Amino acid sequence: MIQLLWLIPALPLAGFVILALGGARLSRRAAAWIGVGSVGISALLTLALAVAFLRGLPAIPAHIRQVWTWFDVAGLNIGVSFYLDALALTMMAVITGVGFLIHLYSVGYMAHDDGFSRFFAYMNLFVGAMLILVMADNLMLLYLGWEGVGACSYLLIGFWYRDPANGYAARKAFVVTRVGDTAMAVALFLLFDRLGSLQIQELMQRAGAQWGVGTILPTVVALLLLGGAVGKSAQLPLQTWLPDAMAGPTPVSALIHAATMVTAGFYLIARTHLIFELSPLAMSIVAIVGAATLLLAGFSGLCQTDIKRVLAYSTVSQIGYMFLALGVGAWAAATFHFMIHAFFKALLFLAAGAVIHALSGEQDLFKMGGLRRELPLVYLVFLAGAASLSAIPLVTAGFYSKDMIIWEVFASNRGGTLLWAAALAGALLTSIYTFRMFFLCFEGPLRTPVAHKPGWNMSLPLAVLAVLSLVAGFLEIPHSFGGGVQIFSHFIQSALPATQLLPARESNEILCQLASAAAALGGLGLVWWLMLRSPQAGAALTRQPLAMKLSRFWLNGWGFDWLYGLLFERPYIFLAQINRADIVDGCFTLLARFGLALNALAGAAQTGRVRTYAAGLTVGAAAIIAWVVWL
Amino acid sequence: MMLIILIAVPLAGGILAGILGRRNAGAARWISLAALLLDLILALVWLLPVATRPLAPTAGPWLVELRLPWISTLGISFHLAADGLSVVLILLTLLLGLAAVACSWSEIHERTGFFFFNLMWVLAGILGVFTALDLFLFYFFWELMMVPMFFLIILWGHENRVYAAIKFFLFTQIAGLLMLAAIIGLYFIHGQISGNYSFDYSALLGTPLAAGTGMFLMLGFFAAFAVKLPAFPVHVWLPDAHTEAPTAGSVVLAGLLLKTGAYGLLRFVVPLFPEAARAFAPWAMALAVAGIIYGAVLAFSQTDLKRLVAYTSVSHMGFVMLAVFAWNEMALQGALIQIICHGLSTGALFVIVGMLQERMHTRDLRRMGGLWKEVPRLGGFAMFFALASLGLPGLGNFVGEFLILIGVFPQAPLLTVVAAGGLVAASIYSLWIVQQAFHGQARETWRISDLNGREAVTLGVLAAALLWLGLYPQPVIQMARPALAHMRQIQVPHSFPAPESTASLPAAPADPQGEMHAIR
Repeated sequence: MIQLLWLIPALPLAGFVILALGGARLSRRAAAWIGVGSVGISALLTLALAVAFLRGLPAIPAHIRQVWTWFDVAGLNIGVSFYLDALALTMMAVITGVGFLIHLYSVGYMAHDDGFSRFFAYMNLFVGAMLILVMADNLMLLYLGWEGVGACSYLLIGFWYRDPANGYAARKAFVVTRVGDTAMAVALFLLFDRLGSLQIQELMQRAGAQWGVGTILPTVVALLLLGGAVGKSAQLPLQTWLPDAMAGPTPVSALIHAATMVTAGFYLIARTHLIFELSPLAMSIVAIVGAATLLLAGFSGLCQTDIKRVLAYSTVSQIGYMFLALGVGAWAAATFHFMIHAFFKALLFLAAGAVIHALSGEQDLFKMGGLRRELPLVYLVFLAGAASLSAIPLVTAGFYSKDMIIWEVFASNRGGTLLWAAALAGALLTSIYTFRMFFLCFEGPLRTPVAHKPGWNMSLPLAVLAVLSLVAGFLEIPHSFGGGVQIFSHFIQSALPATQLLPARESNEILCQLASAAAALGGLGLVWWLMLRSPQAGAALTRQPLAMKLSRFWLNGWGFDWLYGLLFERPYIFLAQINRADIVDGCFTLLARFGLALNALAGAAQTGRVRTYAAGLTVGAAAIIAWVVWL
Repeated sequence: MMLIILIAVPLAGGILAGILGRRNAGAARWISLAALLLDLILALVWLLPVATRPLAPTAGPWLVELRLPWISTLGISFHLAADGLSVVLILLTLLLGLAAVACSWSEIHERTGFFFFNLMWVLAGILGVFTALDLFLFYFFWELMMVPMFFLIILWGHENRVYAAIKFFLFTQIAGLLMLAAIIGLYFIHGQISGNYSFDYSALLGTPLAAGTGMFLMLGFFAAFAVKLPAFPVHVWLPDAHTEAPTAGSVVLAGLLLKTGAYGLLRFVVPLFPEAARAFAPWAMALAVAGIIYGAVLAFSQTDLKRLVAYTSVSHMGFVMLAVFAWNEMALQGALIQIICHGLSTGALFVIVGMLQERMHTRDLRRMGGLWKEVPRLGGFAMFFALASLGLPGLGNFVGEFLILIGVFPQAPLLTVVAAGGLVAASIYSLWIVQQAFHGQARETWRISDLNGREAVTLGVLAAALLWLGLYPQPVIQMARPALAHMRQIQVPHSFPAPESTASLPAAPADPQGEMHAIR
């Protein structure tokens, strides 16, 4: 079974090739079958593979399968080879499973689009590239998937190419993430220079053997890798591309936010965790980046008017939780939250897509409302997703995963009370912006008439994801609940180390859980009170001058776009523009002009008039005589 | 004998095309196509088996060699030889030559016969440059490829062709004369020391030179190759020449002529003057990195699509120069892959510009936009080559650039990091091409046709080659490995003590036989 590992990325890639070569000649039906089918079969294969893998545990925690040698130069031997362990398997399951549901949904969503087969070609390539990323056994192949994912995001964000704004968003996504990618590339150079390999497991071994804890090299490498990770995962300071990435069709957003792309950064850090563990400084920075991002994005999420932008900021914020967890060494919690987040975020985007689809492309929350009765199924699944995102206690999966992070941030030996407070504040914010969006969308009067209802191929994925968003949390139930269930963390611990908890804090688990439950419920209650119970109070609050100023600031993402425009974008364009004619060419042209000027001067002397020549002769002779006499 | 035939076939084909083309333009096209195809088949049949055969460790560097006496009194011989490096470049020349013929098929209407005559002679000159091992002969081929190129630009070019052609000629000719002076200088110095006056490459290798003299002669060679490459700041002829040349001219310029500069650096500058090259390396590498960034930034600001693509060459070839002066196996292998892939991807982009120009009669990006709807297949190819150009992994350019950077890093970490910044700049201009030409709103109404069969095949072959080099470059790496190893074994003679090596070039691995290789 493990022999078939290579088929899992190969199938979506084959789908891409067929769709790209077939182009418009393929019927919509054929394109849909190829596009959805290839990912579907991959998902089934992953399932079968998971069974085989689980049978091998715990004796064989990892498998490697080489397909061919990519290149072999001067000691750098890079294979196209795949590595399967619990972490990779979790990622693969989410990518193919959630990816399949998104593809299925897209058949309905994109049914009337001109670029139907092009859309599925790009989507298949996206899934294929992401699979390569998570299955690569060396950093070079990982980098191939990494850049491939970036290219696919570019292609899909700019899918509706006729609007230049979409093209801008697409290029922004690519260029901003490429800044991070370049940092990561430098990390690769450094790793190969110092450790002589790019094979991940070998690197981890050698790093552990050759580098001491807290020395400079692992810190530099870890920070460079972090640079790549913050780019792809839209964390501070490279988070600016993600909110604009909404320009693509909604299923693309679901794919980017849930199954592919933004989770790549989380994966990279988890995959290279041994290097990060060698550098306490880098770990702290990861945690601080996560905490700062989750708060920043949470505040921005409060003020958005576009339903997809609310969700985008919620992703930035939730990935912030994952980074926070990584930074405190809560590897299992981060992975668990990644998985649960994939379920509810895909659900929320697809449900938002159903709303947008129903309202003929309307994305403004303030033009929605009253959809509870019009779209009952969407209402229910959206509620499930929103509850899971807000971590409503006990009944949602999001509670179990987020609570695990918040608790371990508090109790881990790398955590701390300040980080914990940030995580808790983030939970409150999450609940507020989520239910603000939910109430704006579904409660109140109907503001835009409903044009389409979702068909079966859109409803089915919604239902499946809704169930997963609620029940998947039972894979991991905290100790404080009568011993709990630890299926997930046992599974993942074959690949990632367990969290080091401070014994002194372990007894506080139940208190911590009560606090995070209170944050989630408190946020919900607050929004309910401000928006539904006494809307006047809510309206009065938003009219405060300070609130209006802050809201504008947060709406624009804390002015990062403005700042980067000022610091990087405009100077670059300015420099390029003033030098369009190439100053170096100007220098050579000057040389040529100088020659021409000499020529003109000499030419002017040749008048053909004897008088001038005679005058010249006389003056010249006089000058020479004078020179001879006096000098 | 094989090498002579390989060069003679395009020469003869060119003459035939020139004669028959006076009556019948179609004949000139078909003859050129047939001659190049024949040449490609011959090269594949003759050279590929030799180049892929595992070498005995004691064998000399040359896979095939031909040495005929020519002007014996002056020590000039007709010496051609090929190693793995040459074979790869010969194949590239013939492949891109075919692309150049294919893209001129419907573009050239005037004096078709003479056009193909020039095109074939340029190609023959390039083949000669890649195989000549006598410096006199090398210089002969160097000039042979330039004169027909000059005619290609000045006779079949666009609006500003006279200016561009003269600029091209002046720059390359002046630099070429510097090289000639250096060749003659080296000839006399070597003759005085050894008593054997010879232009032969193998004889001149390892000539002991005083530091100042060596630097002077090295700079003579460097000037010619840096102009051809083109290196910053002597790149300025290139945007004009590329922009004004007919499509085939641009393809040959970008794909092949620039490569002769890179080849010259590899084959002559460092092996003939190892010490001078080592001393000069930090400067050359700094120039290379400056070119990488400068070309990329300038490319972004251009409004003439062809000029934009031209500036990307400055950026991409900077990587090659960076690698040559790092002179380690990783970087050199990367340079070779980069040479090939830049030829393919930039050549393809020029073909695409040519197709657009043929259809729209403009290269102005400000008048394009939204073309995807009209020509989706052409747009798809443009997207593919733009992604290749920005170094997307999976396509060949990435392998080249990555190997160069990872190879240079241990020697010049800071420069490598700056050069890596070129990857970001490359993504800015590459995506800008696609945005301005194919995406967005149509700024004018164009009714143009999508690719026909001939065009699709041309671009398809180039794309397939890039994909192959991106996913499985190992055959090329294998083929070039012995050649690069031999070049790196060429040692500094012992009569002059090596200077304290603080520069970024580490000595080649100590090899007592190095000198033997060099002399053989």
